[in-house]
Amino acid sequence: MAKHETPLLDQLESGPWPSFVSDLKQQAEVRAKNEAGVEFQIPQDAVEDLLGVLELSFKHGRTHWKHGGIVGVFGYGGGVIGRYCDQPKLFPGVEHFHTMRVAQPCGKYYKTSYLRELTKLWDFRGSGVTNMHGATGDIIFLGTTTPQLEEIFYTLTHDLNQDLGGSGSNLRTPADCLGSSRCQYACYDSNALCHFLTNEYQDELHRPAFPYKFKFKMDACPNGCVASIARSDMSFIGTWRDAIKVDQDAVNKYVENDPGYPANAGAHKGKDWGPFDIEKEVLALCPTKCMKFENKTLSIDNANCTRCMHCINTMPRALRIGDDRGCSILVGAKAPILDGAQMGSLLVPFVEVNPENDYEAITEVIESIWDWWMEEGKNRERLGELIMRQGFQKLLEVTGIDPQPQHVAYPRTNPYIFWKEDEVDGGWERDVVEYRKHHLR
Amino acid sequence: MSDLLDNKEAATQAVVDFLTKKAKNKSKFYIKDFYAIFPDDKPRAIKNVVNKMVQEGVLEFWSSGSTTMYGLKGGGKQHASEGEE
Repeated sequence: MAKHETPLLDQLESGPWPSFVSDLKQQAEVRAKNEAGVEFQIPQDAVEDLLGVLELSFKHGRTHWKHGGIVGVFGYGGGVIGRYCDQPKLFPGVEHFHTMRVAQPCGKYYKTSYLRELTKLWDFRGSGVTNMHGATGDIIFLGTTTPQLEEIFYTLTHDLNQDLGGSGSNLRTPADCLGSSRCQYACYDSNALCHFLTNEYQDELHRPAFPYKFKFKMDACPNGCVASIARSDMSFIGTWRDAIKVDQDAVNKYVENDPGYPANAGAHKGKDWGPFDIEKEVLALCPTKCMKFENKTLSIDNANCTRCMHCINTMPRALRIGDDRGCSILVGAKAPILDGAQMGSLLVPFVEVNPENDYEAITEVIESIWDWWMEEGKNRERLGELIMRQGFQKLLEVTGIDPQPQHVAYPRTNPYIFWKEDEVDGGWERDVVEYRKHHLR
Repeated sequence: MSDLLDNKEAATQAVVDFLTKKAKNKSKFYIKDFYAIFPDDKPRAIKNVVNKMVQEGVLEFWSSGSTTMYGLKGGGKQHASEGEE
């Protein structure tokens, strides 16, 4: 028998999809029975009360959670998010129900034994409810009390070799795609870069440094499986500078509808799409129309290719990414809080990704941006908003990057050009005597 | 680094004085508020010193989850007011 009646939540279980309500009910039952004999360190009925407070929120049409607080682990300014229920008498099990963010491993690779260790710890010292993974990418532990925080942190760091993730005005846990560990499209090792930046900027991850949050995300190719272009203040998207590699024999196999060469590597073969048509499915869909297929030969005007990946995705056995690889850096993506939502803007069209010199070319850009944002950013202003406020040109100045055609998003709308003194021959000073020799008063 | 920021005791005193003076109106401050105490220093240097004060127990963090603020340890809303010991 459930502790609280939850008719509104029950309705959420009636749809065709898996329901978090069913999961929570299952977890509530597991805790009630406690067949594993866990010595619960927070109230055994925490999940029952979680369901109860959610039902009440649905009934009232408003939340019963309070947000934020001084909770945390010693020396860290992030990783723990305080949550308090404003109906503690009705739901004592969730009176204090803090969230912990745990840094996910690069590429989200786990051993099952490691996952068991995590869940064992969380059943013992928390509610057992997790979110794998949160929108941030972290492993999210939902619901514990303040005295448990240091205990959990100790076990994570000492026994599981595991750090907390980022929250607050910090660098957030960097997130990456699988990269070259699994993917033939990877233009750089996103796992290695993610791991390096996580270690390099430990201080920024754990101790608040910024006007607001700051996110790195790494996509090893322009397919963008982690959507870094939309989800991070600084996005590292793999690219190449030379030509797409073409295997003409394989192109013709696709054109001949050879069964060993299914379009899109067979990803959409559940439906009959008719015979493969290179004209319709590849050439016509190229955003810059830089390809043609004549006399059984595919040619690509690589100078006009925007690396959209469509042709490579469609004919993966025939087309491969180039060999001169690196990444593009885009900046300023954000969700709508102050100004509207923004996608990232291209700042560095190509940069080498070189672990040999500790990714020097990349860290140089990161640190010049941080120095500017820390100095000029207003409270709770994201990088993207600062760029909008002070201008992309200012960003180029502070990073020491020369303007390039790739920076131009659209034709200029401002007819004025304000030159700086060092951009003008002779500066602002002039020799009046010399001037008067040629111009009478 | 300015002499003030470099001198741990003087820097701590300046921060405590600043926060105490404002304590009537508010108890939590943004990192940028501390820039005004050390006008000759770079944000990164100020951040390092202020975070040290948190580790030493002079200040404490307050976090909403998205934004972090700083306050004098024990000042403003505490665990106790959330029904915690």
